[in-house]
Amino acid sequence: MATTQARLTTATVKADMLRPPRSLWTDAWYQFRRHRLAMAGLAVLSFLIVATVVGPYFWPIRIDTLDYTIALQGPSADHPFGTDNLGRDIFARALWGGRVSIAVGLSAVFIAITLGTLVGALAGYFNKLDNPLMRLTDLFLSLPILPLLLIVIYLFRDVLRAAFGPEVGIFIMIVTVIGLLEWMPVARLVRAQFLSLKQKEFVEAARAIGDPDLAIIWRHILPNTLSPVLVAATIGVGGAILTESTLSFLGLGFPPDVPTWGRLLYDAQNFIDIATHWVVFPGFLIFVTVLSINYIGDGLRDALDPRKT
Amino acid sequence: MESSYVRRGFALAVTATMALAACTQQPAASPAPSASATPVAQRGAGGELKILYWQAPTILNAHQATGTKDNDASRLVLEPLASWDKNGQALANGLAAEIPTVANGGVAKDFTSVTWKLRTGVKWSDGTPFTADDVVGTYTYMCDEKTAASTVDVCEGVKSVTAKDPNTAVVTYSPAQPFYFQWGVGFNTPIIQKAQYANCLGVKAKDCPADLKPIGTGPYKVNTFKPGDVVQYDLNENFRDPNKPFFKTVTLKGGGDAASAARAVFQTGDVDYAWNLQVEASVLKPMAASSTTGRLLTSYASSVERLLVNFSNPDASLGDKRGEPDTKHPFFTDIHVRRALAMATDRASVASQLYGDGLTGKATCNILTAPTAMESKNSDSFDICKFDLNAANKELDDAGWAKGSDNVRAKGGQKLKILYQTTVNSVRQSTQAIMKSNWEKVGFQVELKSVPASTFFTNTSPDGANHFWADVEMFTNSGDPNPTGYFRGWTCKTATGKANNWNGSNYNRYCNPDFDKVVDQMAVEADQAKLAQLAIQANDILIKDVVIIPLINRVAPTPDGVSKALKGIDVSGWDSVMYNIADWSK
Repeated sequence: MATTQARLTTATVKADMLRPPRSLWTDAWYQFRRHRLAMAGLAVLSFLIVATVVGPYFWPIRIDTLDYTIALQGPSADHPFGTDNLGRDIFARALWGGRVSIAVGLSAVFIAITLGTLVGALAGYFNKLDNPLMRLTDLFLSLPILPLLLIVIYLFRDVLRAAFGPEVGIFIMIVTVIGLLEWMPVARLVRAQFLSLKQKEFVEAARAIGDPDLAIIWRHILPNTLSPVLVAATIGVGGAILTESTLSFLGLGFPPDVPTWGRLLYDAQNFIDIATHWVVFPGFLIFVTVLSINYIGDGLRDALDPRKT
Repeated sequence: MESSYVRRGFALAVTATMALAACTQQPAASPAPSASATPVAQRGAGGELKILYWQAPTILNAHQATGTKDNDASRLVLEPLASWDKNGQALANGLAAEIPTVANGGVAKDFTSVTWKLRTGVKWSDGTPFTADDVVGTYTYMCDEKTAASTVDVCEGVKSVTAKDPNTAVVTYSPAQPFYFQWGVGFNTPIIQKAQYANCLGVKAKDCPADLKPIGTGPYKVNTFKPGDVVQYDLNENFRDPNKPFFKTVTLKGGGDAASAARAVFQTGDVDYAWNLQVEASVLKPMAASSTTGRLLTSYASSVERLLVNFSNPDASLGDKRGEPDTKHPFFTDIHVRRALAMATDRASVASQLYGDGLTGKATCNILTAPTAMESKNSDSFDICKFDLNAANKELDDAGWAKGSDNVRAKGGQKLKILYQTTVNSVRQSTQAIMKSNWEKVGFQVELKSVPASTFFTNTSPDGANHFWADVEMFTNSGDPNPTGYFRGWTCKTATGKANNWNGSNYNRYCNPDFDKVVDQMAVEADQAKLAQLAIQANDILIKDVVIIPLINRVAPTPDGVSKALKGIDVSGWDSVMYNIADWSK
């Protein structure tokens, strides 16, 4: 009896040892899957991305087909989102616009996060760099955005247009500009995390066994700062989508015939009381996208938080 | 162009108006306002006249006006020498006893001076007599640059204004001014009382108390004025016509928005007159049509939304030579390309879809649409004024522009790629979409660009309409009742470029000696009928040569709403809507 039990215990232990080691990311994924809202957000966002990337190839109506006879019609089988004042199909335009808007949102935030994390990590870890980098951050924070945008656009629009064409050129410009204007809060968050984490015992232990600075930053501290960064990032995506629409509003964004979600909203604003569908659908898409990204961020934060297992 | 600034300002105002302007739907069924003013039975018999401006006036001196609201609110009190009627003719309903002409000796044959005979016995509302000194005083005040008057543009080229005797004022121009009523007629030159403004000249014009309660010669005088809110006027007992005005008091209330103003005149009937109902056509039209209390007032003058075709080369790689008048556009120098562009322009759809087919504008193929006598009837028969995609395709085929695999036409390696710019404005962006869709069908490749209006109408901006560093651009402009200065904006000499700091008014950099000859003739033509002939000739040259592609004749000044009971209103597109308020009655 006793021997049988002893054998069983050994077997369990052996099985445990045979399982592949759990990494940070598999752990996080395990946690993430249990977060229902986050999974829903991921599903919705994936669906939107797939739909906007693939959709325009399957939807038979082009974004610039004009048909005045059906102008300002509400949703119907032929036009699920209705039509605008020139009889263009809003569904086709929303699909196409989603590509641009989601791409702008994600790329701009990627730039902001990368830059912000880099500056924040260097400032927080290396004392000597802290002061200059943080003053640089202050400098960027105090830049008046609109005049800066005007200058950037005057300086680079024609150059980028000539090099990449009107749409790609403007895309690069907008993504860069938004990215460059959004990295400062991230840098401050990351720096604050680094300042507190680099005093912790596990960092001292890592240093004691001779890990180089970069390895300490990359492997030990950075993963622990991910949660605030991800929250900032998710908020940033929504902000970037909206900033793009502000730029379109000022005439500084994409050419007026590129239907981003922000542009669709801008075009529709005067018709809000006679063609509500025109405002509602793009507005709803922006809302759903930002919401699902926020839930994903929420889920990631919980999943990556070492104290919550 | 003498008053290019005025026009630029106008274009801006119009742009602002367009921001909320109309879309879709059918023509406006507004009854024509009754032209004949009913004789006013008795002075002051009418009680209160209620006027609603959703932008409230902030100053009552039109020389310091920041918008139409101030001009209009001031016009009840301050009058010019004469007004502009709806046909663009000077109307002696102001301080002048008669309209000077070359025939009656009032206008010098060489257009260098105008002698104004003033009404005798006119009194200011404070009882003091009005004389030619007040006219001179007004000139001294408004034409001093230090005064910074908003009306200073009409002073350009005015050498002097002098008093020959108490009832005669002489305006002298240098150089000769074919538009000799530039100073003295219309909302830009209301006459102020010299005595009241004696301490407000030059730099002291700022914060002058008289601006809030000017003494005038008009039918009404200011009782109380709360800037940004309301003006109460009383009848001016010293007004020269013993039978006018009809109303005892006038209340001009400011505030609210265009939609609520429309409701006040069409649905509740709270007000007798509501200004500038820039509501979506599809909202405004049914409201006006079903109204028992009010009707819509629309009038047309010379505001034309147009496309400009660039004759210079806007290629950025030219560096300093970019867009200079001596460069040549890579493909618009070919008349066939320009003609094809014009034939692929669907102005009828723009008018019906975006301007409510007459509610805020109607389609036109003339660049000069008013005065009516000067509007060309010939353009109706021009082939380039008809929207015909097949003809456009044929034109390009015949000229050797062949379609490539990308559906874009090219000849000798030069593709028909167009950059098409305008201001940020929802109606204009929709217009761009319509143009692009049709132009691409005939083999142009069209890239759209929109620039904020403030940048677009700034002469120093590289994105400015005057730099025109694009192939096609679109905006609204309008002319004076005498179109000479307007047409001068397409003569060789006025071509915009580095040499004149892009202040030339010929944005197209068009240069045609035959056209210049016509304009030179216009500048010395005193006979109105012959002037009209020349103006039509000039218009037709510009249209046939496809220098500009006119799209829409816009309602000017604005679509207003007026009580059905109110009589005597006769809107003029050239002057303040209040120009004949003394004739209004019920």
